[in-house]
Amino acid sequence: MASTRSQNQEPSRLVPIGLALPLVAFVLVTFVIPLGTMVVQSAYDPQVAQALPKTLDLLRDWNDSALPSSDVFETIASELISSREDRSIGKVATRVNRIKSGSRSVFAKTARRLERVEDTDLKTAMIEIDDRWEDIELWRAIRSAGQKFTARHYLRSVDLEPAQDGGIQQVSEDQRIYNTLYFRTVYVSLAVTVLCFLIGYPIAYAIASVSDSWAKILLVIVLVPFWTSLLVRTTSWLVLLQNQGVVNDVLVWIGLVSDDSRLALVHNMTGTLIAMTHVLLPFMILPLYAVMRSIPPDYMRAAASLGANPIEGFVKVYFPQSLPGVSAGCLLVFILSLGYYITPALVGGTKGQLISNMIAYHIQTSLNWGLAAAISVILLIGVFVCYFIFDRWVGIDKLKLG
Amino acid sequence: MDYAIWKAAKIAFIVAVALGFGFLILPLIVIIPLSFNAEPYFTFTEGMLRFDGEAYSLRWYRSIIENPEWRTAIGNSFLIGVCATFIATVLGTLAALGLNHPMCPMRDAISALLISPMVTPVIIVAVGVFFFYSSLGLGQTHLGLILAHAMLGAPFVVITVTATLAGFDRTLLRAAASLGASPLTAFRRVQLPIISPGVFTGALFAFAASFDEVVIVLFLGGVDQRTIPRQMWSGIREEISPTILAIATLLIVFAILVLVAVELLQRSSKAAQAQK
Repeated sequence: MASTRSQNQEPSRLVPIGLALPLVAFVLVTFVIPLGTMVVQSAYDPQVAQALPKTLDLLRDWNDSALPSSDVFETIASELISSREDRSIGKVATRVNRIKSGSRSVFAKTARRLERVEDTDLKTAMIEIDDRWEDIELWRAIRSAGQKFTARHYLRSVDLEPAQDGGIQQVSEDQRIYNTLYFRTVYVSLAVTVLCFLIGYPIAYAIASVSDSWAKILLVIVLVPFWTSLLVRTTSWLVLLQNQGVVNDVLVWIGLVSDDSRLALVHNMTGTLIAMTHVLLPFMILPLYAVMRSIPPDYMRAAASLGANPIEGFVKVYFPQSLPGVSAGCLLVFILSLGYYITPALVGGTKGQLISNMIAYHIQTSLNWGLAAAISVILLIGVFVCYFIFDRWVGIDKLKLG
Repeated sequence: MDYAIWKAAKIAFIVAVALGFGFLILPLIVIIPLSFNAEPYFTFTEGMLRFDGEAYSLRWYRSIIENPEWRTAIGNSFLIGVCATFIATVLGTLAALGLNHPMCPMRDAISALLISPMVTPVIIVAVGVFFFYSSLGLGQTHLGLILAHAMLGAPFVVITVTATLAGFDRTLLRAAASLGASPLTAFRRVQLPIISPGVFTGALFAFAASFDEVVIVLFLGGVDQRTIPRQMWSGIREEISPTILAIATLLIVFAILVLVAVELLQRSSKAAQAQK
């Protein structure tokens, strides 16, 4: 009996570890390593270094004020031909083109024609094929594209680039987009958070102060949108807010707006703000309600009996007690807004795009994956900082959804 | 005088709350009748406002059934959702049992790790998943999406099962052991029935998370992996047709069913704890 008891009361630590291990391993492989890959991708770019290793070796000793020697031309000629065979030349061209735009076509064209050149003077031959080989800038671009580790994506993601003299400079004015987008993302997230708070606080207060059976019915009105697909909610706003949509029709019918001056409510910032507020509102209401439900009504009554009018009672007694819910709701809404992609992409038009839309653009359209990774890392750090501040101020364990 | 002001303030508050509730629910209610529009418009036609039967039709619902793309999307959503939910529920329940075991080391650190996929913005998860899964050859495969969705769903299971375990009395297990039950039997016959509402609630959350997820599908999935939200996405971007509203209406009905199921499960969980 004694031995059975000790076995059951002090089971080995192996039991809980063994139970948790499968999911820990699963999360490591499906989540942590992918995020690590993303961080690597943002700073490590070995494609050019792998395609042109010998050329890059030679360029290391090149003094970059005059054209490289004919050795270098011969080496790059043979490496271009072999990279054309293993099809890595496209990536080399894309990569160099990002540093010196307009040089994409040089590589494929040269490699294709070089195969037919029998000349021994490859330097002259290459310059004959394309005179851009005489441009020292192109060679500098190749050398800098050959670095395996690069801060270029991070610089670019804050509108900077390496300067000719080795320093750092702002990119030309027409290419500065990212800093504006970070500010816009933070601004939209703050605006959505404030809107959700202003709409959500009275709603949560109302649910917390009515009888239990009413509270159940009102909660359903909050939970149905919460459980409804994001795409459905975004679609319905798109349909309601469009020029010939229900909202404009109603406004015209009431007479607030004339038929020929219908409001532009969608495909702009207004659309993004309205739809995001609607989508994120339950994330404000549920934590607020969870806290308010636990505030005893006696306190307000006590305040009233001590002579406070309802507003004083609310400001001095009730509101401070609801603050944990306020901060949890605001944190959730703010962080979710920072990473929002679908809603701005569908209802935001060009003016209502946020930083996540840029990440998706670089993943899917421009295929500049390093830059997409760098922007994602910056966004991830931003989110971590928010959690950290919240944890210091409020305590992350206060975060619950009901 | 004072009384009139409070009365006015109270009415203003009620109006504000009513407007807030309207803002929450009206956008969903309005599109339901629009999905029965006989015309390809996104607003109420005069016939609809007159409740003329001719103005309503099921043509957009028929077009879902007739369109092979939508059929594929519905099949994919359920296939990926069910497989991902299965993985998330099994691994999540085991992990929750481990984390709530009295001898569990590093509990806080492990919970933080297991919850982290849920609190990371999904666009960032999608970028990482896109790079790593593609390099493993899981790009444009169902398996890749199932694994990614299982990873997103598992935290919900861990949280809901942990919540039911918090009220679980471990002496019940010792009682079972003293009556000669093996640990496995004690788990199966004693612990599992008590925590099962939490397990099912977590599974529902995980399924809903997969069913609604579109960013990872956009990045990682190909034409053959299109799910319902992915198909809605291209429907909205390319040629927006009222078929979308019909699908949206079906999804709202689905959301209500999920909500009812969660409510019933929570009731049975409370009942189980009260019984004990």
